[in-house]
Amino acid sequence: MLYPTYTRRSDPFAVMRSMLRDFERTSPGRATQPVFPAVNVWQGDEAVAITAELPGVDPADIDISVKENVLTLSGERKAPGVPEGARWHRNERGFGKFARSVRLPFVAAEDKVEARMTNGVLRIVIGRPEEDKPRKIEIKAA
Amino acid sequence: MTNDVTHTADKTPAETPETTTGSRIYRPLTDIVETTDGVTLMLEMPGVAAEDVDITLEKRVLTIRGKVHATQPEKLQLAYAEYGEGDFERAFTMSDDFDPDKIGAQVSNGVLTLTLPRAAEAQPKKITVTAS
Repeated sequence: MLYPTYTRRSDPFAVMRSMLRDFERTSPGRATQPVFPAVNVWQGDEAVAITAELPGVDPADIDISVKENVLTLSGERKAPGVPEGARWHRNERGFGKFARSVRLPFVAAEDKVEARMTNGVLRIVIGRPEEDKPRKIEIKAA
Repeated sequence: MTNDVTHTADKTPAETPETTTGSRIYRPLTDIVETTDGVTLMLEMPGVAAEDVDITLEKRVLTIRGKVHATQPEKLQLAYAEYGEGDFERAFTMSDDFDPDKIGAQVSNGVLTLTLPRAAEAQPKKITVTAS
C-alpha cells in the first residue's frame, strides 16, 4: 500500500487515519472494485502533474475536463479486433469505459492544462495560477 | 486532492531474479488469440517505445523484454503514487512450429502486438489409419 507522502510532514496522525480508513475498506463486506486508471500525482512550485498508464487506449478516446478544482479523466478501452473463428488462449487485459476524478489543490485555469500521451502513458500538467505560487518573504532589517 | 487511499488494479511483479539496481520488473498483462494462420499476442507495456522492445525465440521459449522510459515531469516531485514504474519481462513456451524469421512485432499506444504465423510445412497433416 502506498500512502500520500506529503501528509507525513505536517500531520503525524494523517498516516494513521489513512491506514484506519484503508482497514475499513478492506474489511469483509465492503469489497471495492479496482479503480482504473491508476494515477501518480506530482507536485512542484510551478505546476502539478498527473500521470496515468493507459495502454491500448487511443488518445482520441480520452476526454480530459477541468471544472474549478476537479480534473476528470474519462474514456474507453476498446477490445482488440479479432478475426472470426479466433480462439482465445488468454484474456488478461481489461476493456470498457472508465472515469476518474482528481481534486487539485487550486482552481485550474483552462489554458494552463497541457496533456500529452507517449507510448500509452498519459501526462497532464496543470500550471499553478500566479496567486497560488509560493512567495518568498523578505525579512526587513529592523 | 483527497487523502483517501484508492484501491487500484495492481501491476504484478515478474517472478524473475532481482535486479542489481533494486528496480522492479513487471509482468505485462497479455491477451493471446489463436487464429487460422497462427498466434497473436498482445502485451500491455505502457512507457515502452518500439526501439526498446527486445524479443527472442530460442528453443521454443519466446522472451519479451521492454525497457521503460521513466516519466518524471521536470521540477516536480512525486506526491502520491498508485502505480510503480519498471521494465517489463515475460516468457512463453511455444510449440515448435513457428518460424522465427516470420514473427511480426508492432507497438502502438503502449501495447506490443506479436504475430507468429505457423510454418507452412507444419500445417496439420492427417494420417489415415488403415484397417489390416
